[in-house]
Amino acid sequence: MPEPIQPEPTPPNPIRITIDHHPLTVEAGSTVAVAIAIAGLPCRTSVTGEPRGPLCAMGICFECRATVNGVAHRRTCQLLCEPGMEIFTQ
Amino acid sequence: MTESIQPKHFQTLVVGAGPAGIAAATSAAEAGSRVGLLDDNPDLGGQIWRTQLGKSGPDVSHGGGAEHWRNRLLASSVTRLQGWSVFDHPEPQTLRAERHEAAADFSYDQLILATGARERFLPFPGWTLPNVMGVGAIQAMVKGGLPVRGKRIVIAGSGPLLLAVAATLQTAGAVVVCIAEQASLASLAPFALSLITDPAKILQGLRYKAATIDVPFHTSSWPLEARGTDRVTSVLLSLQGRTEEIRCDYLACAFHLVPNTELPALLGCRIEHGVAAQAAVVIDELQRTSAPNIFCAGEPTGIGGLELSLLEGEIAGLAAGGQSDKARRLLPKRKSMSRFAARLAKAFTLRSELKTLPTDATIVCRCEDVTFGRLRSHPSWRAAKLHTRCGMGPCQGRVCGAATSFLLGWNADSVRPPMFPALISSLTSTEKSTAPPNSD
Repeated sequence: MPEPIQPEPTPPNPIRITIDHHPLTVEAGSTVAVAIAIAGLPCRTSVTGEPRGPLCAMGICFECRATVNGVAHRRTCQLLCEPGMEIFTQ
Repeated sequence: MTESIQPKHFQTLVVGAGPAGIAAATSAAEAGSRVGLLDDNPDLGGQIWRTQLGKSGPDVSHGGGAEHWRNRLLASSVTRLQGWSVFDHPEPQTLRAERHEAAADFSYDQLILATGARERFLPFPGWTLPNVMGVGAIQAMVKGGLPVRGKRIVIAGSGPLLLAVAATLQTAGAVVVCIAEQASLASLAPFALSLITDPAKILQGLRYKAATIDVPFHTSSWPLEARGTDRVTSVLLSLQGRTEEIRCDYLACAFHLVPNTELPALLGCRIEHGVAAQAAVVIDELQRTSAPNIFCAGEPTGIGGLELSLLEGEIAGLAAGGQSDKARRLLPKRKSMSRFAARLAKAFTLRSELKTLPTDATIVCRCEDVTFGRLRSHPSWRAAKLHTRCGMGPCQGRVCGAATSFLLGWNADSVRPPMFPALISSLTSTEKSTAPPNSD
């Protein structure tokens, strides 16, 4: 089992998710884009290999896309974390 | 939040649940219309009234009566449909939208488009590094739970939002190192109540609810380069002519706003290039577009800010609800607000030096990683699209279109469905009305 990523103290209403198999606890209501940022990961790798994270955080730019519960290319800034969510950066 | 998805036909359908959409939906429902309010965010409020995680109710820091309008909406008969992204109109008076893995059609007698605005991003070396994001974007991330306590943040670009977001970030415990506003002192002077260098006073002058801000505010200043390897670690700023490198964890940078006109354009509403060559939806005095039974309110008709958006929403809602006389009583107020908005747009006009920021190696189209060097040899948006795939990625030119419009004078036109990359299952769904799942 990979090591959990836990930079912050446990939030008041914690929910558990995984990002690239690493367990992470986030506050309920956090967006998936925020969870990926807390994990210190880029959301995706660009076509020329650059790491990318959210640019607009409002569903326009698609830089925050990642695979969530088996569905690729979800706009993670528009998506709230749910218990047990499995997130994979792209 | 409970939502009802039945019925899927509405007398008045409103797209966008920001201030203009909330005012429009509420006003139409109060006038007796059966109203659906369709929005692609998880919750009400659009960008500016987005609720902060851990708090109940909307963000009231921008003013505009956020709580008043939210309560009025919740007390009305409006059917709220959150999390739906509109991506097509399969037949007249019908929009097709996707939510999670389901698609559904929503038909209407009258449509009010309140699709808001997005930030304008301009390319400069290093702007694609992680943790370089928009100004409204970092505010949205903080509202979405991003911890910024103790983080060093530089805010750059242009517009009233820079000051407003600085206040939010400070409240969240961030160290806002400085604000670099590209507009000159002289152009902002008409909006300053007294001390031009006092950000709170400028905010007040811009008719924002004044906030306490304790941040160095530099006019005639802009970013030259974001530096770092896997994320931004410093930014090179041009501060009133001198160059300074400033260490930071985040660079929040955006150059005011551009109207979201894609859906209006797809539905055949006439778009014109008005103030500062900005594309905006053409409306008459009752917010009616050139397309039959379609109204438009708020930022898509031209960037005018929160108060004007609310008023336009009210006018559109009342007119759609059959109360045109009542709507007309609001017209003098709108006229004065529009004048203010025009002055504001002029004050934040982008300076031409910003056109020299990208080098040939700077990526302009982030979806397809097309550099400025490859783009600028082409004569038009269309030619560049065909030869470089610029604007053909998932964002469909929403980011690079506004950038090339400023940098190269191109007109990023031609909207085609699907407006967003939709799931194949949604696109191939032949059922006229796919039943959406019961919402939470």
